[in-house]
Amino acid sequence: MKAENFDYSALPQDAFELTHNDVNAHVDRNFASQNYWKDALVRFLRNKGAIFGLIMIAVIIFFAAFGPSMTPYTYESQIIDQQNLAPRIPFLENFGIFDGTETMRLGEVELEVNGYESKGLDDVYYWFGSDTLGRDIFTRVWEGTRISLYIAVVAVVIDVLFGLSYGLVSGYFGGKLDAVMQRCAEILNSIPNLVIVTLMILVLSPGLGAIIVALMITGWIPMSRIARAQMLKLKEQEFVLASKTLGASPLRIIFKEIMPNIIGQIITQTMFSIPHAIFTEAFLAFVGLGIPAPMASLGTLISDAYKNFTTHPYMIISPLVVLALLMLSFNLVADGLRDALDPKQKDM
Amino acid sequence: MKKYILKRVLYSIVAILVLLFLLFLMLDMMPGSPFNDDKLSTEQIEALNEKYGLDDPFVVQYFRYLFSIIKGDFGVSYNIASNVPITDLLETRLPTSIRLGGQAVLLGATAGLILGLVAALKHNTIFDTIATIISVLGVSLPSYVFALALSYTLGYRLGWFPLLYDSTSPFISSVLPTVALSMFSMANIARFTRTEMLEVLRSDYMLLAESKGISGPKLIIRHALRNALIPIITVLGPLIVNTMTGSLVIEKIFSIPGIGELMVRSIQQNDYNVTIALSFIYSLMYIGIMLVVDILYGIIDPRIRLSKEDNHES
Repeated sequence: MKAENFDYSALPQDAFELTHNDVNAHVDRNFASQNYWKDALVRFLRNKGAIFGLIMIAVIIFFAAFGPSMTPYTYESQIIDQQNLAPRIPFLENFGIFDGTETMRLGEVELEVNGYESKGLDDVYYWFGSDTLGRDIFTRVWEGTRISLYIAVVAVVIDVLFGLSYGLVSGYFGGKLDAVMQRCAEILNSIPNLVIVTLMILVLSPGLGAIIVALMITGWIPMSRIARAQMLKLKEQEFVLASKTLGASPLRIIFKEIMPNIIGQIITQTMFSIPHAIFTEAFLAFVGLGIPAPMASLGTLISDAYKNFTTHPYMIISPLVVLALLMLSFNLVADGLRDALDPKQKDM
Repeated sequence: MKKYILKRVLYSIVAILVLLFLLFLMLDMMPGSPFNDDKLSTEQIEALNEKYGLDDPFVVQYFRYLFSIIKGDFGVSYNIASNVPITDLLETRLPTSIRLGGQAVLLGATAGLILGLVAALKHNTIFDTIATIISVLGVSLPSYVFALALSYTLGYRLGWFPLLYDSTSPFISSVLPTVALSMFSMANIARFTRTEMLEVLRSDYMLLAESKGISGPKLIIRHALRNALIPIITVLGPLIVNTMTGSLVIEKIFSIPGIGELMVRSIQQNDYNVTIALSFIYSLMYIGIMLVVDILYGIIDPRIRLSKEDNHES
C-alpha cells in the first residue's frame, strides 16, 4: 500500500493514542538554567524563618520611625508623680490584661497594685508602662530602637567601605602588600574585640561617636577575610585575564569585573555583621559604657531597668523583647540570604 | 609542621607586644598624673618624676613597663581596693571565672552535641525543627537575655535557685549563670554537629560500615560522630570569645566575684590600672587559646595547614 493513496480520514478516532503526554514527560526544572536573582528570590521566599525575620524587621522599623510620635510624651519628658506605672493599653484593659495592674511581692504576701487607680489617673495610658523617673517606656523603647538601627546602618557602611575594599585590594595585588595587610589584620584580630572596644571608649568619652569608632576598628575584619578569599579564587579566571589583556585598570577589574561575582557573599556577610554590631552596643551599655542619659538605646534601657527587674519586670521586658526580636530577625534573614544566594553552602 | 607552629608562636608574641604597646599608650593618654596634689611644689614634682623615671623617653618607659608586666606586676588598684596590688585581687577572682567559664563550655558542649545528634538522626522531623529553633535562638540572643529570663522565672518566681552567687554554696548558686552562659556554645555546637552529621551520614563509608553489619550506637558513635567532630575545632574560637564577653555581663547580673565583674566595676569606677591589667589578662588568655586551637587544627587536618600556607605565599 502506497502512502500517498492512503485515506487518513477513514481511520477511526481512537486509532492513535497520545503517548509522552505532559503527565509522564520529565521536564527538567531542577537543573534548568535560571536567572540567578530570580532563583535566589524563590529560595529565599521558601524560607519561613527568613520571611518572619523580614516582616519583624519591617514592623520594628515602622515603630522606630513613627512610635515616638504616637504618644503625647517625648523620650526625655518626666512626669514626677507618674512613676512606676505598669503597662496600660486602651481596649485591651477591658480583658484584664494591660490594665495597669502589677503584682507586688512583699515577702510572702502578694499584692495587686494599680498605680493608675490609686493616683486617679483615669485617662492616662502608658502602653509599655512608665519608668522610675516617670518617663514613657513606649517612647523610649522606640527611640532606643532608632539608635540600634542607626548602628546597624553604620555596621553596613563600615563593612562595605573598610572590610570589602581591604579584602579585595589585599587579595588582588597579592605579594608583599597582601602579606603586610594580612599580618596587620591578624594581629588586630588576635586582640579580643571586647578589650579594644572598652579601651577605645575609655579614651574617647562614652557616646554614640565612641561606639561607632570602636565598631570601625574591629567590625571590618570578617568581611575583609571573605572578600579576600573570594578574590583569590576569582582573580586567576579567564574573564579577568581577558579584561587585563584589554587594558582595564586594576580598579575597574576589582570593582566592575570581580565584585559583581561575589555580591552574594558580600550581602550575606553584611547581614551577619548587623546583629553583631547591635549586640556590641547593647553589651557596652550593660557594662556602663553606653550612650549618656537622657538619650536611650535598647542597651541602656535594659541596663537601667535591670536594677529593679524583680519589682517592676515590665520595665525590662519591652526593651529586652525588642532587642531580642531585632537580633533574631536579622540573624534569620542573614541565614535565609546565605542559603538563597549561595546554595553550595546550604545547611552550614 | 615545625615551620607552621613557629610562625604561629611568633605572631602571638608580636600580638602581645603590640597589645602591651597599645595599653601603655592608653595609660599615657589617660587624663591626670600620679602626683595630682596642690601641696606639691614644682621642685617636688620634678623630684618625684625623676624618682619614678617619668622624665625618661617614651621608649625607655615602655620597656620598663613591659618588664614589670612580664614579672607579673600590674601595679595597684586606686578606687576599688585602695593600694591593693592587682595580683592580690586576681588571686581569688581568676579561679572563680575560669571555673564558671569551664562549666559553661562543658555544659554547652554536652547539651549541644546531644541536640545536634538528635536533630541529624531525626532529620526533617519535629525534633529537628525544635533543635533548629533552639540553636537559632541561642546564636542570636545575647546571653543576658537568657540570664534575666532564668533568674526571673526559676530564681525569683519559683525560688528554685538563688538570684545571686554565694561563695559558700558555689554549685547551686552557679547553676543559673552557667546555663545562661552556655547557651551560645550549646547552640553553636548543636548547629555544627547537625550539619556535619548529616554530611557524614550520607557518605559512602557509612554505607560500607552498615553493609559490614555494624549498626546501632556503635555505628553512630564510632563511625559517624567521630568523623563529624574533627572540624569542631573551627567553632572553638568564636565560642571562647563569646564565653569571655558573656561572662562580663553574667558575672554582673549574678554578682559573681570573678574577673568579669571586676572589669565592669573598674570601668564604672575609672580604675584604669585594673581595667588595663584585666584587658591584658583577657587578651593573654585569648591569644593563648587561639594559638593552641590553631596548632591543633594544623595537626588534625593537614589540608588546613597546607591551604593556609598557600594563602600566605600567594
